[in-house]
Amino acid sequence: MRHGMANRKLGRKSAHRNAMFRNQLASMIDHERIITTLIKAKELRPQIEKMVTLGKEDSIHGRRLAARIVPDETLIQKLFTNISPRFVERPGGYTRIIKLGPRRGDGAEMAILEFVDFKFEDEKKAAAAPAAKKSKAKKPADEAEDETAEAKPKKTASKKAASKKAAPKKSKAEKPKEKKAAKKKSEK
Amino acid sequence: MPNPKRRHSRRRTRTRRAHDFLKPKSLSTCPQCHEAKLPHRACLKCGYYKGREVIAVKDVL
Repeated sequence: MRHGMANRKLGRKSAHRNAMFRNQLASMIDHERIITTLIKAKELRPQIEKMVTLGKEDSIHGRRLAARIVPDETLIQKLFTNISPRFVERPGGYTRIIKLGPRRGDGAEMAILEFVDFKFEDEKKAAAAPAAKKSKAKKPADEAEDETAEAKPKKTASKKAASKKAAPKKSKAEKPKEKKAAKKKSEK
Repeated sequence: MPNPKRRHSRRRTRTRRAHDFLKPKSLSTCPQCHEAKLPHRACLKCGYYKGREVIAVKDVL
């Protein structure tokens, strides 16, 4: 008999497990993508999808049901006004799981859980923008004025930052190959 | 207490263990950077999976 075996226990008591899932659901609404173990991602997926479905029809009742799981007004607001409306046309399947391979340490299979319309490039730019701002802050104030006066230079700046970020990565990727090539040469 | 009646020969032990070994991991090639990677997983070398960048490589420990 396999009655009552619907979900995984994850080695936790129910209170511990529920608390963890609430935290992860809150993070998912906040960041729209989380990296966790594959098993947790698989358990979390139906839960977050049910919350998104709750948000598709914006009602006070739905909001209260959602708030029972994630008791954070700003996050509920985001879920109902930002996330769920994006999936109105989509009959379920709002998230995707990308496997990453075993984690160092305990070898647990890791995965990304993200909404299907998650744009990795946007997050990358967002990560690059604060760095650019910091470098600007160090420079004289006239550049800061440019930032407020025109929106276009800011965009180009962030693009530059993004391209800069991409450039070192490529060089990093190339380096090991060079090393390998050098090794081969030395062996010969 | 029950005990073995006879000693196992080395041959018997080793014959039994002939099938105890690790199988090699099956690997596929990343179409982006041509590095060996686990099949159906994002490439941790270049962060790509299914033709788009899915993860910043520095995020992976």
